[in-house]
Amino acid sequence: MLFGCEVCLGFFAKGIDRMNPIFYLLAAVTLAGGLAAVLLKHLVHCALAVTVAFAGLALLFLQLDAQFAGFAQILVYIGAVAILIVFAILLTRGSDLPKDGVFSKTWFLGLIIAAAVFAVIGWAVLASVSAIPQQNTVPSVTVHDIGNALVGRYVLPLEILALLLTAATIGAVIVAMHEKARPR
Amino acid sequence: MTSMMTTPLAGYLLVAALLFAIGLGGALVRRNAILVLIGIELMLNAANLNLIAFWRYGPHPEALTGMMFAIFSIAVAAAEAAVGLGLVIAIYRHTNTAELDKIDRMKG
Repeated sequence: MLFGCEVCLGFFAKGIDRMNPIFYLLAAVTLAGGLAAVLLKHLVHCALAVTVAFAGLALLFLQLDAQFAGFAQILVYIGAVAILIVFAILLTRGSDLPKDGVFSKTWFLGLIIAAAVFAVIGWAVLASVSAIPQQNTVPSVTVHDIGNALVGRYVLPLEILALLLTAATIGAVIVAMHEKARPR
Repeated sequence: MTSMMTTPLAGYLLVAALLFAIGLGGALVRRNAILVLIGIELMLNAANLNLIAFWRYGPHPEALTGMMFAIFSIAVAAAEAAVGLGLVIAIYRHTNTAELDKIDRMKG
């Protein structure tokens, strides 16, 4: 106990900031949102819960000094993906509760697989705590720098991404387009 | 425990791992196709959190590698969501259900 305190004080003296309560709050909100999205019965409630999880993640990005990624997350996920999910739920009558439960017959197997994956990743993280980097200088990256990198070093991925987004938009419209009834 | 508390990156990595496991569990356990897509989105978001956390605490944040990877990943995830939900709507139109275990037309 005493040794632990000394270690803490040593880290304080070196100026390493410890996990602050805001991180715990945001992590709890994000994880609770994700858990509710997976467990709730009504699909509309799930969509609301996943929006909460997206918002928590955006705040975590802001907490990590990644303002651009945080605001992109808000715009893309809360602004677009959540709305798409709500549209899909309403178009497929997902708001009616199914008669034979919302979980699949093999839910126990899925639970075991998810727990095993978490155990492996968590073990890997905790086992390599001493090796992971911890720079504590706040990176001074502005939107100007990000824009320059996007049209400079990353211009080819940007063009490919533009092509992909166009193809995906057209593809989504074609896939979901109303087909004419065909004789079977 | 002390070492985990004192390295912020480990905390973010553990949160991301937990969120990934929640998303994976949701994708495996739920019967509705839209919920499976929500689980996949949660997994992609957990990966993004890892990328941003490594960018923030890694040695060369000015190179912007992790940040760019996360931004591109967000854009690809948006495209994936649009196509995936379009497919769900198309399947619903054909089979009148979005429950995955009732879509068994190709079962031998």
